Amino acid sequence: MAEKIQKNRRSRREVLKSAGALAGGAALMRIALRPAAATPATMQEAVRDFVGEAPIKKGRVKIDVPPIVENGNSVPCTVSVDSPMTATDYVKAIHVFNEKNPQPHVISVTLGPRAGRANFSTRIRLADSQAVTAIAELSDGTFWSGDVDVIVTLAACIEETTH
Amino acid sequence: MIGRALIHVPPTAKRGEVIEIKTMVAHVMETGYRIGVTGKPIPRDIIDQFVCTYNGEVVFRAKLFPAIAANPFISFFTVATESGTIALSWTDQHGATRVQTAAIKVE
Repeated sequence: MAEKIQKNRRSRREVLKSAGALAGGAALMRIALRPAAATPATMQEAVRDFVGEAPIKKGRVKIDVPPIVENGNSVPCTVSVDSPMTATDYVKAIHVFNEKNPQPHVISVTLGPRAGRANFSTRIRLADSQAVTAIAELSDGTFWSGDVDVIVTLAACIEETTH
Repeated sequence: MIGRALIHVPPTAKRGEVIEIKTMVAHVMETGYRIGVTGKPIPRDIIDQFVCTYNGEVVFRAKLFPAIAANPFISFFTVATESGTIALSWTDQHGATRVQTAAIKVE
């Protein structure tokens, strides 16, 4: 009888051990399944890919996003740059980045003096409360940036699907 | 698959006037990060290029990423220089294109 209990005890210990390993494995799998999120560092890297080593000055770029967003799947976003948009002084490109979506890029826009106004609107996805940054490249080779903090209550990108 | 496109271009404008062009196209913009019921990720399917030409000259171009919401809406400005055609084209990652044109009369 005693021997049997001993045996049970041993097996119980083993069972617990294997259960622990299993749980650990499951946790690892869950981490692997979640898409790698962009971080402020990867965003900086993405910005440098577009800008190179040129200095980025703050200002002249304005992003209009509601400060509190209920649904991150569709967030209205307007970017405007303070520029006269003449043949000699205009905005060449505007790039929009985010900090915490799976990918740091949002949209890259190319324009020229024909635009008349350096302004565009779109609807974007936001996976989390985060900062959105826009960088404008001007015809004189300078870069300007603007950013805005957004609070998102329902995130995009990571929700389960039903179909 | 790129669905129906809705565009708004003012039919008439004064020469030199800055006009707003609004566009929206039906498309899922699947990010590639969502997991389907089978447990496998749903493959990415996005429109990645948008181009606006005014009488053949490119006036606005956008490169889209998965962070653009489904049924991409884009609005922007351009200067009405002459009467003619404004053509808007969307291209998805597989190379399929949809073009929508609008006539504009400039006085």
